[in-house]
Amino acid sequence: MPLQETEKIFQGKIEAEIKIEPKDWMPDKYRQTLIRQISQHAHSEIVGMLPEGNWITRAPSLKRKAILLAKVQDEAGHGLYLYSATETLGVKREQTINDLHSGKAKYSSIFNYPTLTWADIGAIGWLVDGAAILNQVMLTRTSYGPYARAMVRICKEESFHQRQGFEILLVLSGGTKEQKEMCQDAINRWWWPSLMMFGPHDSESTHSDQSMKWKIKRKSNDELRQNFVDMIAEQAKVLGMTLPDPEMKWNKQRRHYDFGEINWEEFWNVVKGNGPCNKERLDARRKAWDDGKWVREAAEAYAEKKRTKQKAA
Amino acid sequence: MNNFLRKYFYGDIPEDKGGDELKQSPQVLSTGEDSDWPLWEIFIRSKQGLDHKHMGSLHAADAQMAIENARDVYTRRMEGISIWVVESKYIHASNPDDAENFYEPAEDKVYRYPTFYDLPDEVKHM
Repeated sequence: MPLQETEKIFQGKIEAEIKIEPKDWMPDKYRQTLIRQISQHAHSEIVGMLPEGNWITRAPSLKRKAILLAKVQDEAGHGLYLYSATETLGVKREQTINDLHSGKAKYSSIFNYPTLTWADIGAIGWLVDGAAILNQVMLTRTSYGPYARAMVRICKEESFHQRQGFEILLVLSGGTKEQKEMCQDAINRWWWPSLMMFGPHDSESTHSDQSMKWKIKRKSNDELRQNFVDMIAEQAKVLGMTLPDPEMKWNKQRRHYDFGEINWEEFWNVVKGNGPCNKERLDARRKAWDDGKWVREAAEAYAEKKRTKQKAA
Repeated sequence: MNNFLRKYFYGDIPEDKGGDELKQSPQVLSTGEDSDWPLWEIFIRSKQGLDHKHMGSLHAADAQMAIENARDVYTRRMEGISIWVVESKYIHASNPDDAENFYEPAEDKVYRYPTFYDLPDEVKHM
């Protein structure tokens, strides 16, 4: 069958909301886009453990430690669901991980910001996970089957993440003057980077159009960002905290919140590797991989020994 | 581990179609070692009385480790009471490209459905 014909059949399936499964024919570009996007998503989950891991031992109570530990463990799990989805597209796991370590593959820039206080853990749950969830809920309907299924599982687990974050801030916002200030300070620092998580404006986004046509994405960056702002602006009132944007106000006509312009120079700078923690994060990942080498080898040797024994028996 | 055969893993792509650009990119590791543990497909029974259902895949050195990893990855919220693991290379799958012919025999046999038969109303539940 000529390529044009197969591509037409493929696009027809997409239009008819038939999911694409691993062994189905797909355009090379579709495969490439998914490999890039899903592996970036996986890396974000894995690198995302680092800023929070920073606070596991210092969380203010045993309860908070247990919760944070569970959340970080979930993120490891989410990374694995996504790595496994990436693998169905024909790339090896180790290759994917190498691409992260070599700096070739990207991950969400938000994780290149430091977690300075306990309130940051609350702000990450509320804002960062809140932004991620909007994106992920959209992706439960993405056209590639394994990605969509991974997203369903992730979304089920993720909602506790946002709630626990909000609750951390809620407790702080009802606390002492210092605790309130800490809460506001964390929100101030995480607000803009959270907005950046949705990526460049639709007019600037290089991948968006094609991704929408293939139904990999179903909402544009700006659309999702607006949803996020509308949601958070209301929730901030419950906390009695403010968002650090003087231009933010309800627009009756649009029935949405207006908000100020993102500092795109900062965004691109962090993407390019010049954020506050880019180097630290990658070093931590590489170190974990290198330090784990003997464990991987030992497990393999042990498995081999068991196999030999079984054969002999 | 020595892999002498080209194995088709779950979701792997036959040589002759798709992924051309991908195949050109060298998939050799920068370290030159191939230390990926084998891939396992995970099936989980969520409760007594239900079938095991495919959940996804993971890497593990052996079956025992695959089961333990599956517990940590797929049952953190009591989603399972029984786990099967199968090394992915042992899964044989039908070919989606043949689907049309392969499933064709079932297409013209409407008499296999109960609604094919017109019965008088007096016959209530049948």
